[in-house]
Amino acid sequence: MTLLLESLFNGAAIGSVLLIAALGLAIVFGLMGVINLAHGELMMLGAYTTYVVQSFFKLPLLEPLFGGYIFVAVVVAFLVSGLVGLLLERSVIRRLYGRPLETLLATWGVSLILQQFVRTVPLAWSTGLWLAAMVALAGPLVGNRLWGLRQRPWLLRLGSWVVAAAVGVAAAGWIRGAMPKLARASARNVDVTAPRWLRGGLDLGDWTLPIPRLVIIGLTILAVVAVYWFLNRSLWGLRIRAVTQNRTMSDCLGIPTQTVDALTFGVGSGLAGVAGVAVSLLGSVGPNVGGDYIVGCFMVVVLGGVGNLWGAVVASAGIGVLTDVIGAGRLLEVWPQMPARLQQGVEFFATTSMARVLVFALIVLVLQVRPAGLFPQRGRMAEV
Amino acid sequence: MEFDDTVAVGILHSLSGTMAISESTLSEVEKMAIEEINAAGGVTVDGKSHEITWIEEDGASDWPTFAEKAKKLIDQDQVPVVFGGWTSASRKAMLPVFESKDAFLYYPIQYEGQECSRNIFYTGATPNQQAEPAVEFMFKESPVAGKPFFLVGSDYVFPRTSNTITKAQLESLGGEVVGEDYLPLGNTEVAPIIAKIKNALPDGGAIINTLNGDQNVAFFKQMQSAGLTPENDYYVMSFSIAEVEIDTIGPEYLADHFAAWNFFQAIDTPASQKFTEAFKAKYGEDRVTNDPMESAYNMVYLWKAGVEKANSFDDNLVREALIGVTFDAPQGPIEVMPNHHISQTVRIGQVTPDGQFEILTTSDGPIAPQAWNQFEPSSKGYACDWSDPDKGEKYLL
Repeated sequence: MTLLLESLFNGAAIGSVLLIAALGLAIVFGLMGVINLAHGELMMLGAYTTYVVQSFFKLPLLEPLFGGYIFVAVVVAFLVSGLVGLLLERSVIRRLYGRPLETLLATWGVSLILQQFVRTVPLAWSTGLWLAAMVALAGPLVGNRLWGLRQRPWLLRLGSWVVAAAVGVAAAGWIRGAMPKLARASARNVDVTAPRWLRGGLDLGDWTLPIPRLVIIGLTILAVVAVYWFLNRSLWGLRIRAVTQNRTMSDCLGIPTQTVDALTFGVGSGLAGVAGVAVSLLGSVGPNVGGDYIVGCFMVVVLGGVGNLWGAVVASAGIGVLTDVIGAGRLLEVWPQMPARLQQGVEFFATTSMARVLVFALIVLVLQVRPAGLFPQRGRMAEV
Repeated sequence: MEFDDTVAVGILHSLSGTMAISESTLSEVEKMAIEEINAAGGVTVDGKSHEITWIEEDGASDWPTFAEKAKKLIDQDQVPVVFGGWTSASRKAMLPVFESKDAFLYYPIQYEGQECSRNIFYTGATPNQQAEPAVEFMFKESPVAGKPFFLVGSDYVFPRTSNTITKAQLESLGGEVVGEDYLPLGNTEVAPIIAKIKNALPDGGAIINTLNGDQNVAFFKQMQSAGLTPENDYYVMSFSIAEVEIDTIGPEYLADHFAAWNFFQAIDTPASQKFTEAFKAKYGEDRVTNDPMESAYNMVYLWKAGVEKANSFDDNLVREALIGVTFDAPQGPIEVMPNHHISQTVRIGQVTPDGQFEILTTSDGPIAPQAWNQFEPSSKGYACDWSDPDKGEKYLL
């Protein structure tokens, strides 16, 4: 019984990392049909955001609240990756709709640019840049409420850019002084330290539940529920689904399809940022961290059925449990008296490398039987 | 300072790509050593003082590029010596180049052994100068002495060779290996491995870790959250975690675990302190020194001593002269042995909460290197000796 529970928990733990990483891609690739190879790098930005937020929480003023940095990090990471995604969609992706090959190459290029960006630009300046972009975007919204500015749009636009630039430079300068670790660019991996409560385990008799894993499972459930609510219960979700099903008709009915595209991509990218916060609890944060997850993300989305959220949930849970059952050699524990010949076979596959091989082989088999994934659904498929 | 002549040496490390983070530090210390030698009068050959200059090429973390750049340094730049490499893969790529052109490579990293080229000097540790003493320490003296072992590594040649040796060694010591697993490169999902360790070592034990770079971060973070901590009698001995890595993983995850090296920054001798202070003065107060850097520093000095002893830059004369050369290195005295490796002191360190090592044991003087491992069945009974033309690369003892 304990064994079954332990295996299920481990499966859920592995699956939840896959799912939270793939959730954003399920929207971007699944609903919009955009093959975004920079998805992993958007996660990487989320992970770096965690590091920056954490550095703020190490300042004397916020030090007492250090344990709570992760809640702030989730929100900020969503905004950082979401904003980068938004800019990416407006500048690159939107010119390439319906051209999957070009999109693939372009987003791969973007992923290299983002990797090099974090290597060569000090985090203090990146933070300043992001703040400036946020102010420049939010400026007109706030300024519109002031009667004097509403009359003079050029002044409003100019004003927001000036204010944004000033805020960015000031913030970057202040961060350089206050947090010397962020002042210098580094290609080295950074050290994201979880607070004490996030590092230990929860003891249940002779079984310890790792708290970071519990937090990630919780975060994943939250994210899935939020995405479900957003897509199925909110106005913009309705518009997104409408555009997914029939773009021309939606356009005729007055849905701003370009805004919908930007929003969808932004939300998908923002979710990648949240995933970045999650994986920073488990592993290392460096420029290459995205590459470790991107294949898994596509695997989950393709196996689950492109365009189907529940498909992604089932697929990631399945991959998680299988990885644990094979990789940790659970069969040997359940059935210790298995025939010697069989036991040798099971032992041969009970290593992490072989488990990966076997899981991939099984996915290939499943896709042979069900080429459109476990739960196929019709999507826009990039409006071919 | 006035010099009579100049001599250009080759430096060939990855300055870009994945390995750049680690390898660029070697290039830094090699230049530091060269500048120190120049400041002390350069290299003297035939009564003429030579200023050392360097020609640097970028291996770009790409193994064929290493071979190509090595060719360029030898043929076009005509350098008498190349200091270079980090990964075994880069060394294996350069080896045929140096052998076919009868040129000279100095390679600074601790590695899996089982190689003894006529054209390479290896200044890093062989397994009997790092892995074997480390395993013996875990089995006999560590807090988990006598308990079973679990071996974890990245899935490539160094961890697999190193663990084959460890298993053979533990068998002869009477220790027990209850499991081993390898994480594919680029994969950071360590949950199944953690589950296996838990099952295989219910009451704690020793874990020998040969994971690579980033994978260590995932491994140590999740070991801790799964409750496999030193307080619960799970001690990890790592072969690739030095001061620089502690900084990126975080000391709070590594505290009380072990590492084995020839040099630690914490070594409390004037030579060691002078080395670290010189490095900090040149490259920044927040920098740290570690074993691969010390090894890279030593090899420049060894080459200088070899050249002066041979009184020539000629490769073959230097090769012969170099054997038996000694140097008072930051780690203590070292000597070049006939098998082109170095005798070195072995130390076991325990990570302290402030991110340094506390040195627990130090070997009684330098340990002689074994190019061919004596636990691994395929090389047992063999040795290497380039000072005797009849013996050479691999002969039966």
